Amino acid sequence: MIGADMAATGTASPPREPLRRDREHKYIAGVCSGLGRHLGVDPLVVRIAFVAAAAAGGIGLLLYAAVWVLIPADDAGAAPAPEQRTRRGRAAIEVALGVGLLTLSVLLTMRALGLWFSDAIVWTVALLAAGGGLLWRQSLRPTPAEVSPPAPTVGLPEPPPAPEELRRERNRVLSRNGIGIALVIGAGVFFLYATGSLSAARDAVLAALVVAVVLGIIFAPWVVRLMRSRDAEREERIRSQARAEMGAHLHDSVLQTLALVQKRADDPRAVAALARTQERELRAWLAGREGGHDRLAAALESLAGEIERAHGVPVEVVVVGDRELDSRSEALVAAAREAMVNAAKFGGGSTVDVYAEAGDGELQVFVRDRGPGFDPAAVPGDRRGVRESIVGRMSRHGGRATIHSAPGAGTEVELTLPQTP
Amino acid sequence: MTRVAIVDDHGLFRAGVRAELEGHVDLVGEAASVDEAVALVAAQRPDVVLLDVHMPDGGGVAVIQRAAGAAPETLFLALSASDAAEDVIATIRAGARGYVTKNIATDELLEAIDRVRGGDAVFSPRLAGFVLDAFAGPAPASGGAADTDLDQLTAREREVLRHIARGYLYKEIALRLGISAKTVEAHVSAVLRKLQLSNRHELSRWAAERRLD
Repeated sequence: MIGADMAATGTASPPREPLRRDREHKYIAGVCSGLGRHLGVDPLVVRIAFVAAAAAGGIGLLLYAAVWVLIPADDAGAAPAPEQRTRRGRAAIEVALGVGLLTLSVLLTMRALGLWFSDAIVWTVALLAAGGGLLWRQSLRPTPAEVSPPAPTVGLPEPPPAPEELRRERNRVLSRNGIGIALVIGAGVFFLYATGSLSAARDAVLAALVVAVVLGIIFAPWVVRLMRSRDAEREERIRSQARAEMGAHLHDSVLQTLALVQKRADDPRAVAALARTQERELRAWLAGREGGHDRLAAALESLAGEIERAHGVPVEVVVVGDRELDSRSEALVAAAREAMVNAAKFGGGSTVDVYAEAGDGELQVFVRDRGPGFDPAAVPGDRRGVRESIVGRMSRHGGRATIHSAPGAGTEVELTLPQTP
Repeated sequence: MTRVAIVDDHGLFRAGVRAELEGHVDLVGEAASVDEAVALVAAQRPDVVLLDVHMPDGGGVAVIQRAAGAAPETLFLALSASDAAEDVIATIRAGARGYVTKNIATDELLEAIDRVRGGDAVFSPRLAGFVLDAFAGPAPASGGAADTDLDQLTAREREVLRHIARGYLYKEIALRLGISAKTVEAHVSAVLRKLQLSNRHELSRWAAERRLD
């Protein structure tokens, strides 16, 4: 919404803007800046014109009020951005002041034209208008809780405002309502005073007040306690939800594995494999990169886990510069998988080290074992097919695969995929 | 023999490490908390301290900060269950000479202790990966030339780190790059220095993200 506004209020606006009150750059109700934007002139000019017209017999004020009522605001119904809420809060009070002053000026203008009501009416109506304006504006506006997030086209939904922010917003609403109520009551009191019936009303009000105070003293602690316990309950609910979620995860994973470990205590190899798999899974969960194999690091990690389980060989993965996978880099991951399976099968049980780097121009994956190695010139027959599936796959996608190996020095498969084929 | 102290708040783990190292190094003591560790280091002045990262009252970082003054010759090797970037980087920047995870094999741990004792740095493949990640972008614009040097890795240092991340040992790296093992060690030590002193925001961010617990 902010973006749209900024675009709309940019310096030059060749296509004429629809006539809307501009609440982004307003003093009272955005009438002048809205008009200025529509006409393509500096809002200041419009403002001066209005002030001049107001000075010359009050026509400007009447006009202003008319435009205010007739022209809709530009962001009606849209959710305010957090930093805008503050401005709106202050604006509500300015609006009340504006409504009050406008009403007053209209009445004074009428007096100047010879149409006079008593003081009692004039001041009462002015106060009522100010207070009423504030209250109505307040109640017609959506409360923060009702504000719906911006349209999904924007992308991610706006994160919900922090509790602190909500509390402040609520306080602001309360204080504004308080001012509005005070103004309306003031209007009533003034009317009573001006018409001389104040003392009679005072007795009635006093009686009501006494009752209210008594009831307040009796029930206030109870109300406060109710509100506090409601807050505490909500916090407790959030905490217990987090605990339940973590508990569920630990049940599904760690406790399950510990049970399996106890069952297979006589098989150290199986126990080690279980522990490693669980460790990998828990680390991924703690690092928040669980599920979703559409990124290089996550895809390689999940492959490593799969191969560890299948072959009982530890697989270490280090990734520098993670990135999203596309169809070509998926081919690279598939080739890396073949290389990892190979290393696990023929690496003589040594740790398989996988290193991937997503650099500026290319993607590289190294798969290394510390097994017996072999002479690449004399590839054993049973490994040729697998080798083809690595080298062939890479070259089909515009990359290349190199195999470094020597008898006794382990094997390293180097896969390189340039960014552009 | 190298005089080694073990600092870890899990007794079971201390016992395991003790069993692994017995006979290979001179175990001078164990500590189960930050306070105990600081007192132990001051009293025994071990050559190398195997340091847990996650402990109550500030963890390994607090031990290094508080004990370094009393025993300036003592070197710290972090031995942690965590391999999260913020833990690794924070501990190295506090002054540890190396970082290995608790699932390390016994012979590798002994080699790491020897290397730290010899004044060299110990980088696990994962730590090498973190460093390459942190120093990946262009160096941030800064005033002096000295700063820029600290904020960037040389091509050779990058190459050495890449090999460590790929699982090569120092002597294998030396062979592959056609340099001596001493030169490889010098490169790694230079990287450690940059890691500790650089102001790159990736490093300070990781260090700041670490919650002390």
